[in-house]
Amino acid sequence: MSGTFVGMPAFPKAAHEAVHDDTLRGNLRHATHTIRDKRARAVDELADFALLREAGKQIKDHTLRHLDRYLVQLEESVTAAGGTVHWAADADEANRIVADLVKATGQSEVVKVKSMATQEIGLNEALEAEGIAAYETDLAELIVQLGHDRPSHILVPAIHRNRGEIRDIFAREMGSWGRPAPDGLADSPAELAEAARLHLREKFLRAKVGISGANFMVAETGTLVVLESEGNGRMCLTLPETLISVVGIEKIVPTWRDLEVFLQTLPRSSTAERMNPYTTTWTGTTDGDGPTTFHLVLLDNGRTDTLADTVGRQALRCIRCSACLNVCPVYERAGGHAYGSVYPGPIGAILSPQLRGTASEIDASLPYASSLCGACYDVCPVAIDIPEVLVHLRERVVQGGEVTSGGAKVRLKPAKGHAAERAAMRAAGWAFARPAALRAGQRFASRTRRLHPRKLPGPGKAWSASRELPKVPAESFRDWWQRTNGGTTGKSPNSGTSGKGGAAK
Amino acid sequence: MSSRDLILGRVRQALVDVPGDEATYEQAVSRDYLRVHGSLSTAETVDLLAENLADYRAIVHRSDPGGLPALLARLLGARGEPGARRVLVPPGLPAHWLDAADATPVPDEAGHTAHELDEVDSVVTGCAVAIAETGTLVLDGSPDQGRRRITLIPDHHICVVRVPDQVVSSVPEALERLDPARPLTWISGPSATSDIELDRVEGVHGPRTLEVVLLSEG
Amino acid sequence: MRVALFLTCVNDTLYPDTGRAVVKLLTRLGVEVDFPMAQTCCGQAHYNTGYRHQAEPLARHFSDVFGEYEAIVTPSGSCGAMVKELYPRLGERARAEGRGDSLAQALAPVVPKTYELTEFLVDVLGVTDVGAYYPHSVTYHPTCHGLRGLRLGDRPRRLLEAVQGLDLVELPGAEECCGFGGTFAVKNPDVSAAMGADKVRNAESTGAEALCAADNSCLMHLGGTMARLRTPLRPVHIAEILASTEEEPLA
Repeated sequence: MSGTFVGMPAFPKAAHEAVHDDTLRGNLRHATHTIRDKRARAVDELADFALLREAGKQIKDHTLRHLDRYLVQLEESVTAAGGTVHWAADADEANRIVADLVKATGQSEVVKVKSMATQEIGLNEALEAEGIAAYETDLAELIVQLGHDRPSHILVPAIHRNRGEIRDIFAREMGSWGRPAPDGLADSPAELAEAARLHLREKFLRAKVGISGANFMVAETGTLVVLESEGNGRMCLTLPETLISVVGIEKIVPTWRDLEVFLQTLPRSSTAERMNPYTTTWTGTTDGDGPTTFHLVLLDNGRTDTLADTVGRQALRCIRCSACLNVCPVYERAGGHAYGSVYPGPIGAILSPQLRGTASEIDASLPYASSLCGACYDVCPVAIDIPEVLVHLRERVVQGGEVTSGGAKVRLKPAKGHAAERAAMRAAGWAFARPAALRAGQRFASRTRRLHPRKLPGPGKAWSASRELPKVPAESFRDWWQRTNGGTTGKSPNSGTSGKGGAAK
Repeated sequence: MSSRDLILGRVRQALVDVPGDEATYEQAVSRDYLRVHGSLSTAETVDLLAENLADYRAIVHRSDPGGLPALLARLLGARGEPGARRVLVPPGLPAHWLDAADATPVPDEAGHTAHELDEVDSVVTGCAVAIAETGTLVLDGSPDQGRRRITLIPDHHICVVRVPDQVVSSVPEALERLDPARPLTWISGPSATSDIELDRVEGVHGPRTLEVVLLSEG
Repeated sequence: MRVALFLTCVNDTLYPDTGRAVVKLLTRLGVEVDFPMAQTCCGQAHYNTGYRHQAEPLARHFSDVFGEYEAIVTPSGSCGAMVKELYPRLGERARAEGRGDSLAQALAPVVPKTYELTEFLVDVLGVTDVGAYYPHSVTYHPTCHGLRGLRLGDRPRRLLEAVQGLDLVELPGAEECCGFGGTFAVKNPDVSAAMGADKVRNAESTGAEALCAADNSCLMHLGGTMARLRTPLRPVHIAEILASTEEEPLA
């Protein structure tokens, strides 16, 4: 079964490995750049994309701000359509509900549509512990599962693998899960897709229980919506007798009409297509067509805690398109695994520390896993201001304060690792409140400039290990300004060079 | 306390900052985005549908009622050697459409197992709505389209779209025509994946060949 | 017209040449420049590292120092974005924390009259040809806060294109972050350095002599990277190019 993220090191440490893995860097660079340009073209096709983005944001915000009402409405409409609704406060409860539902069918295997919610709660591992085999059927999830690997991207969990690596995994592993890979399997994407088709078909055709998530749930009609590409989703959603969908409570939209916004923005943002190959919508059960039993498990697992934060709650607008990952320069170099969560990239950096809290080393480091370049916010189809939330969460890490955890208000202490930084910030704040003190510091630096080392010890090493330090000029601007009366008297000092070029000049 | 009450209680607690007199749903969402993109004539809209279907590797044909049986016979006959032998037929498909075909019609029945459907070569259906801007066909399980699984398991799907009646320009127009109570399948080209190096490859689990017949009536 | 130069603490301390260039350029264009000596730091580093409350007194101080001027000009996209984008947010957050409107009101006057240098030149003075002369090939890196925060768009490019003798070369991957990101550069040094190295390699591939940007913080990171990678490129702030003339070329 796929590995877990428990005990992950802080982001900078995990990223250190990735940055120096040339194969990984190459795979990620190729994949993210391929999709980046395509997305831009797909979005540019719609003259009103900015308005659709704004409408999507408004629909999601409105829903979140009245989530209790819409959850109750959804429960009523799903029930009226023949479905059964379950509520799960956390991962353990959701896993228990699903395991019990599967056991009640008498089955010991299930087929799964790619679902972030079930990844988040570790459903496969929980089912395995109950003697139930869960088969991932999305091609990328299959690659991850067969490779005993962890997902590294929301849309394309095996983005860190190239075709050669995938061929090797298929050839080595398929046989122990079912139909082996054909002899002499080549590494063309078409042949690899064909091997997956043959391997999974026998599982689809005999499956009695399917497990899915959902992209959207429509409160007024009780309709669930799954967007996909390969047809594995349709297989899992229509062939089994029992369908169990595990869906985060934030996935609701109020009306059927609201889908007109997201069915335009999601495919273009996600796979950069006008429309994804397959979308399935279902409302409860239908006589003679598809599963005869439908269960919906509504998952909290930290979402209500996130909702309680008036700045951070915008993260719940996320429709899991992964456009922010594909444009993120940090993701491109650090890879998805460094984020220590099924939600990597910019959205993961704001979602994981909210869903899980900032107690662990990895979660406390995630808000800093960004240069705040803002590319993620620009492409987000529901306009989540990711940089704003990152900075907000940094504040939570270094300053502590009141947060909601497990539904209860608790007061966080400032994180331990930041004591020196806090002191430095305070000192800087003190100096900056006093121009004279700033000036004294500048003069001291100028006077001692010939003594400055080229490499710094301690925390400064993080800078000078890869970059030259700027040279301190002989005279600060303010001293020059005062000495020359704004440049009207006196000559320019011989300081001349700015220090940008460093030692090479 | 039940988990339902627990979660709803947490949601309400989390939203104490939301004022009681907030904007209603209608006020909160501005619908000033476009209903359709561009202003095409009916014929141009059908052309756009054909273009976008083809762009995602569906094979597009045009026909009229008189020519349809021969066209379907030809398309089924061209499937491998010696052509499609068994073709799934939803209950409401006009019977004469397949009059000229050599393949044996297999009526869509509730009792079919998935394995039995896997023995079928092709399926021919109608559709509910086709969306020009995205090149999308929507099936809603009406009698001429049948159960969802019949367009999923066979490797070859021929979908007949009545033009211009069943063609809309845009996603908003399509949703308005569709009934959410029915199970819907939206199809844009054949099965595809971008999972290997984020490059699109056609053909995984669903039908690997999608042929679309744009049928002009009268 | 009389404007206040908000030079930023980094430029004041490390890059006085950029400050002198701005003074020279604006004076040449008929603008009277003042440098309020009480200015220090806008508080961006505090804010972006998670010390919002410590940023507040700095923002108030900024407003006290600059509030009376007709216009405030800064040769830094990121410090300009701090004032224009984040000062309003400081006020909103204080209000949301039940601390009333006083911060928002104190900061409100400086927000609309703060301009990044290229924005001031193009939008306020209405010039793109500033009479500069710089006979070198240059590639331009639009910094993130200028590009996506302040939406400077093609203003810097238009200014550079009008410079006599300047050969502007397209930078591949121009809109990607250089990897500086303030404290990001030391908190995530591996990723930051990798981003910097990629940016420098892209700049090097253009064959240009100089890499130009409108923010010395990014140039400090890139310049330090260039020096370490021993590339022949040199970093240059756009103000220094625009200040350069045939009579008085850039040193």
